[in-house]
Amino acid sequence: MNGLLHQLVSGIASGGIYASVALALVMIYQATHHVNFAQGEMAMFSTYIALTLIEAGVPYWGAFVITVAVSFVIGAAIQRVLMNPMANAPVLASVGIFIGLLLMFNSVAGWLFTYTLKPFPSPFGEGPPLFGGFVSRHELGSTIVTLIVLLTVWAFFRFTRLGLAMRAAAFNPVSSRLVGIPVGSMLALGWGLAAAIGAVAGMMIAPVVFLDPNMMSGVLLYAFAGALLGGITNPLGAVVGGFMVGVIENIGGAYIVGTELKLTLALVIIVVVLVVRPAGLFGKTVVNRV
Amino acid sequence: MRNGVSRAAPWAFLIAAAVLPLLLASDYQLFQLTMVVVYAVAILGLNLVTGFNGQISLGHGAFYAVGAYVTAIMMDKWDAPYWATLPVSAAICAGVGFLLGLPALRLGGLYLALTTFALAVATPQLLKYKLVEDWTGGVQGIVITKPDAPFGLPFNADQWLYLFSLTVATVLFLLAANLVRGRIGRAMMATRDHALAAEAMGIDIALLKTRTFAVSAMFTGIAGSLGAIAIQFVAPDSFSVFLSITLFVGLVVGGVASIAGPVFGALFIEFVPNIADQVSKAAPGAVYGVILIAFMFLMPSGLAGFLRGLLRKAVRSIRPATPSRSTEG
Amino acid sequence: MHRRTLLSTIGAAVAAGTLPKAWATTVGVTATEIKIGHTIPYSGPASAYGVIGQGHTAFFKMLNENGGIAGRKINFISLDDGYLPPKTVEQVRRLVEQDQVAFLFNTLGTPNNTAIQKYVNQKKVPHLFLATGADKWGNYKEFPWTIGWQPSYRTEAQIYAKYITLNHPNAKIAVLYQNDDFGKDYLIGLKDALGADYGKLVVKEASYEVTDATIDSQAVSFQASGADVLVTAATPKFAAQTIRKVYDLGWKPLHFMTNVSASVGAVITPAGPEKAVGVITSQYAKDPTEPTWKDDPGMNEWRGFMKKYLPDADLSDSGYVFSYGVCNTLLQVLKQCGDDFSRENIMKQATNLKDLEIPTLLPGIKVNTSPTNYHPIRQMQLAKWNGKTWELFGSVIEGAGT
Repeated sequence: MNGLLHQLVSGIASGGIYASVALALVMIYQATHHVNFAQGEMAMFSTYIALTLIEAGVPYWGAFVITVAVSFVIGAAIQRVLMNPMANAPVLASVGIFIGLLLMFNSVAGWLFTYTLKPFPSPFGEGPPLFGGFVSRHELGSTIVTLIVLLTVWAFFRFTRLGLAMRAAAFNPVSSRLVGIPVGSMLALGWGLAAAIGAVAGMMIAPVVFLDPNMMSGVLLYAFAGALLGGITNPLGAVVGGFMVGVIENIGGAYIVGTELKLTLALVIIVVVLVVRPAGLFGKTVVNRV
Repeated sequence: MRNGVSRAAPWAFLIAAAVLPLLLASDYQLFQLTMVVVYAVAILGLNLVTGFNGQISLGHGAFYAVGAYVTAIMMDKWDAPYWATLPVSAAICAGVGFLLGLPALRLGGLYLALTTFALAVATPQLLKYKLVEDWTGGVQGIVITKPDAPFGLPFNADQWLYLFSLTVATVLFLLAANLVRGRIGRAMMATRDHALAAEAMGIDIALLKTRTFAVSAMFTGIAGSLGAIAIQFVAPDSFSVFLSITLFVGLVVGGVASIAGPVFGALFIEFVPNIADQVSKAAPGAVYGVILIAFMFLMPSGLAGFLRGLLRKAVRSIRPATPSRSTEG
Repeated sequence: MHRRTLLSTIGAAVAAGTLPKAWATTVGVTATEIKIGHTIPYSGPASAYGVIGQGHTAFFKMLNENGGIAGRKINFISLDDGYLPPKTVEQVRRLVEQDQVAFLFNTLGTPNNTAIQKYVNQKKVPHLFLATGADKWGNYKEFPWTIGWQPSYRTEAQIYAKYITLNHPNAKIAVLYQNDDFGKDYLIGLKDALGADYGKLVVKEASYEVTDATIDSQAVSFQASGADVLVTAATPKFAAQTIRKVYDLGWKPLHFMTNVSASVGAVITPAGPEKAVGVITSQYAKDPTEPTWKDDPGMNEWRGFMKKYLPDADLSDSGYVFSYGVCNTLLQVLKQCGDDFSRENIMKQATNLKDLEIPTLLPGIKVNTSPTNYHPIRQMQLAKWNGKTWELFGSVIEGAGT
């Protein structure tokens, strides 16, 4: 029984990792109606920026803020330079660009920062695990950070005019332009915010899994799965979905199908859920334009 | 006149593609061209479902793997002749494709893309799973033998394999071309462009989508079989998620919803990584990424779309007086 | 120095021109050049290994600047295969058929080498000192042109199993392995040595995939299984996670760590040196970040080489040490060839290395090959992490091999 509880907790811990990246995916989807396959690699790259700053002597939170800001600029710049001219191109061409970006960020990170595994500091201190040894300080801290980001994203889309304008720009660019929304800027803003959220996710994940250029390659798939399971239109759903994937994967791997098939199990469950509820557990059904 | 040329052109190209390499290319280059043919067929399969039917699949490497393993297992366990494995592989892949197409009915766009992507990620571990290990050779894979030319034909193994693959590919390309030009192809594209309207026109969308998925999987599976024969080896590491991504890259670079596009795409995925390797040993992935982005940037509808555009412009500039004709498309 | 090298090279060329020798027809070898082929992932998910290729390239550059071998320069052609077996087949065919290399050297990856092994043996191209720890490269009967280099994973696992049965006969063993050929070789090695007791002693096996985010779940299962010995066959990232998680769980098994992930810089330091205390591994090469070898002449030789030819490289990456060791082995083979660089003679010399000492290998570990021994390094020594350094203990152990 204790073992099951332990598995559950460690599932929630890995779920937190997926949830934080899933949030970045929801952000970019809400803002652009694309899913950026390079999101994970961009987050990894941001984490290296943070590590470089910390190694140069910048205090952690200073590095944190600078990294988030720099990531925002990088994200917005990619939208302006690469994606904006592609606005009228077929959607598959954008996917081609995302794949190109993924390869590029991965390879450049290896080249600049080497492939050697690097430890990344946690802002929540080392200290002994809490709650009777179940949860490390970092796991608790990073979960709180994820929840703060979630709340911010949700409130942003729900209550601010800017958030509403962004959603509108993604949903119907032509009409948005007619009502005076600067669609291009909105898209750039969305890319920037997604990159910034990704940077936060990267800095929260790196202390757990260690930093290397392939840090995100596995995480991204689970994050996708989480976002889809919960519903990619709903930040809360994506976070819940991320946690669920973590728990399913751990419990399934430990007790049901063995570790060799845990990914497959998670996949099957997601497909079943999506077949029953095509927009995810908490997502709104997207009505196709007719 | 224009029709005559455009009909004859593919055949002239095909004959040149068959004869010239045999005369000019080394065995190694023939092998590379064989791989181009193999990838072209694989991408063609992907194009049917993604390009013509609008169902995005990022997991076609899985079908490629199934085809490759069917061939390898048949040749390894039962000493089946290589050619006899192709129909079996086609049937099995079509079946698998049909089954996977069923949930795909419910999953639109992004959801389908990501589900198939997950399938691609899971493929290597499924191939390694202990229940199938006796068949698939587990992590060690299966080594098979390369066929020689039959009937004492004066070709070496590489030449023969190239001709064989080219023949299979030609048949498949003709099939695909007829398919998309015919009634089914129009239904496929109608469903892609306007599902509701297509349904209103009396198209059984569910049947159409699953069948398209099956045919697409069959094409890619046959490519997998040919690939296994050419490489003489299958292993889980050969069919990682990168294979699916590579095929997808070939699709978008070559040209979506184009029959000739997969050939360009195959040339790209076969040769551009080698160029990237020549440019930089430190970060070939970055070079490849930059080339890919540049391609998409300059030719968002792929090389085939780009050439079509050029051709259109050329035709217009030659005969500016002719009113635009409705033969395109 | 440089001028003299140049002169001697020209001299050799002139001499060669006047002698219509047999090696004029030897593939890949001319009077002035020896062509060597190599594949490694510079791109893709395994590009961390690319540093080995960079190390090789730098080594041959050094060799050429110092006059080359028997008056010939080395033309080292290293190609990217992205760790994809089909690409390896293509690149190796290019090397053999188009570039016409004399032989292949240190091609990387178990599936990749499996894919080309049959082909190169049919073509009778020497396939020397592969960069993989699979056991099957010692199969000299079936594949006489293929020879491995490093101790096999299987041998290493046997060493751990023997240590366990000797010192902890009632152990309850848990095994964490990567779900591929590398990880499974450790299972095979343990089974070799534990024999019928395997089922009794091993209480829990669990695999992970390289795409997994963490191994936390596996570690938790191990602890719950009541195991008191853990054998970890994981790549550096997951090895570091395992060391840390085991520590955080407050679980204190006797922990055996694969040699692949014994690097101080890449595993122990990220995991936390204090968390790894008591971990046992086995080694054959010196660790570049290990204080023990700070003033070691062999490692100083390597550092001197690195400083001159790879000044920007990360010195904590053991890939460069591996490269230097295997290149030195090849150097000896080429020296032994004398002036006969036929493929037959290259293979003959590669399988006739006697007690060769390599500056980057542990003291007492020697390279030995013979026509019936295709396992060049079959010795290792156990080492225990004491919080600061790997403390070697026991004597150099000779693995069984096959």
